[in-house]
Amino acid sequence: MNTEQIISTIVREVPPSGIRKFFDIASEMKDCISLGVGEPDFDTPWNIRESAIYALESGRTHYTSNYGSTEVRNEILHYLDMRFSLRYDMGQVVVTVGASEALDLAFRAIMNPGDEVLVPAPSYVSYMPGVSFAGGIPVPMKLQESENFKITPKSIRDAVTDKTKAIVVAFPNNPTGAIMTKEDYEQITDVIIEKDLLVISDEVYAELTYGRDHCSIASLPGMLERTVVINGFSKAFAMTGFRLGYAAGPKPVIDAMVKIHQYSMLCASVISQDAGVEALRSECSNGFSNVRKMVAEYNRRRRLMFASLNEMGLKCFEPLGAFYIYPNISSTGLDSEEFCRRLLFEKKVACVPGTAFGKNMENFIRCSYASSYDNLKEALKRIQSFINSL
Amino acid sequence: MSNSICSEILDMLETDAKMSIKDMATMAGVSENEVKETIAKLEKEKVIVKYSAIVNREKVESDETEALIEVKVVPKRGLGYDDLAERIYRFPEVKSVYLMSGTYDLSVIVRAGSLKQVSQFVFERLAVLDGVSSTVTHFIMRKYKEHGVILMVKDKEERLVISP
Repeated sequence: MNTEQIISTIVREVPPSGIRKFFDIASEMKDCISLGVGEPDFDTPWNIRESAIYALESGRTHYTSNYGSTEVRNEILHYLDMRFSLRYDMGQVVVTVGASEALDLAFRAIMNPGDEVLVPAPSYVSYMPGVSFAGGIPVPMKLQESENFKITPKSIRDAVTDKTKAIVVAFPNNPTGAIMTKEDYEQITDVIIEKDLLVISDEVYAELTYGRDHCSIASLPGMLERTVVINGFSKAFAMTGFRLGYAAGPKPVIDAMVKIHQYSMLCASVISQDAGVEALRSECSNGFSNVRKMVAEYNRRRRLMFASLNEMGLKCFEPLGAFYIYPNISSTGLDSEEFCRRLLFEKKVACVPGTAFGKNMENFIRCSYASSYDNLKEALKRIQSFINSL
Repeated sequence: MSNSICSEILDMLETDAKMSIKDMATMAGVSENEVKETIAKLEKEKVIVKYSAIVNREKVESDETEALIEVKVVPKRGLGYDDLAERIYRFPEVKSVYLMSGTYDLSVIVRAGSLKQVSQFVFERLAVLDGVSSTVTHFIMRKYKEHGVILMVKDKEERLVISP
């Protein structure tokens, strides 16, 4: 049997993740400092971990409803209302295995072969393949550095066609750290409504904003009925390994997502769901004090990275969300792949080339500041000495 | 000088008192002068009391011993507990003194060169003080966490080196 040939054309045609090759080299390297990590460096707060232990001890080891346990959905509804003024019913939310599953479900729930989805470029590595795997066609929507990598009416109009069914919105953004404010969203909702697009809004970094609170696109007039909000526990509560996320949106879309979820995943881990209840309950009742502490620390590191990279001539726009900074490295004369490769081999600092997040991103690299102050200082020192050596 | 800058600087110093003024200024988003002035003010007001290192004594060859001593006292009229507390905290062997609620009155932490020296301190200096009615000495056998810092750190990175 030709097992190479047996792989589906769709899967074969999706390129492997651009992050992979750097991962293999960097993980073998001693004394390597990584600015390539896309998850918090904080440990999951102990009260949350303790509640997961308690879940196991008390025999919480069975399936839950396909939608997720009543307890965790109640907390999610309360949270979405309290933080982002989004009001949903119990039947409008599904708890998933990370925000990643929620994204996959959303794509699969709406795609017919040939349907197009607008995907911001640059953006998180999974959107384009996710659309392809679901049988759709991902269409990159080019965002400009000069516009701080926000979505504008023009970026939508340039990419939209008669076949466009949905648009992915992802702010605070990975890899750029860009955010969209209420005013920014007001600029684009008209064209979204005019073109009758469904919005798939990945808001997993919603808690990590600096200087202002996150605004969900679903909270704008006319948007709640056409937006699937995707969120999760990974970034806000440092719970990446728990794999817990959720989607909330129009009932028919959520029901369709649950149909796929019930046949493929059944439900998210009950232990993680119980931990999620504790995360939301404790933070909602103590004014988000743990989250605030983490945000304050990220904010300090963000300022350090922003000032230091600009000082050494790697121009970056000021990121106002997530924990990434996206410097323009064109002043060095290197493209992003070569810059990252040489920085890794010569100075043992790992970054991710912008090309991993979209075409035409040769001028950018992604640096994560989810790393300790000492690590960041050392990494910045090494980047400076790398630039001096060019 | 706003309260938020004070608390921002205190947060940074509590985590790492050796951080440079320049970095603190960058990370708080203020000028270096503002950081210097804020620290000077906090030092003057004794908000910042002292800069010291947290040491894991177990890693150093030493017989040094610490004990937590529960002290019951008979408070003096008009002086309360403060007078006796002062007579205790003035001993250099005494690291901390707290007035407690519950079954005893003062919690005294004593550090000395050896087990014997700690015992000697208790029965020669502390127990004999006027107003001390009884003492219970607990020797500290191992420290797991001190001043919010876990001492038995597992130096292992659990995260993948690169992730999307």
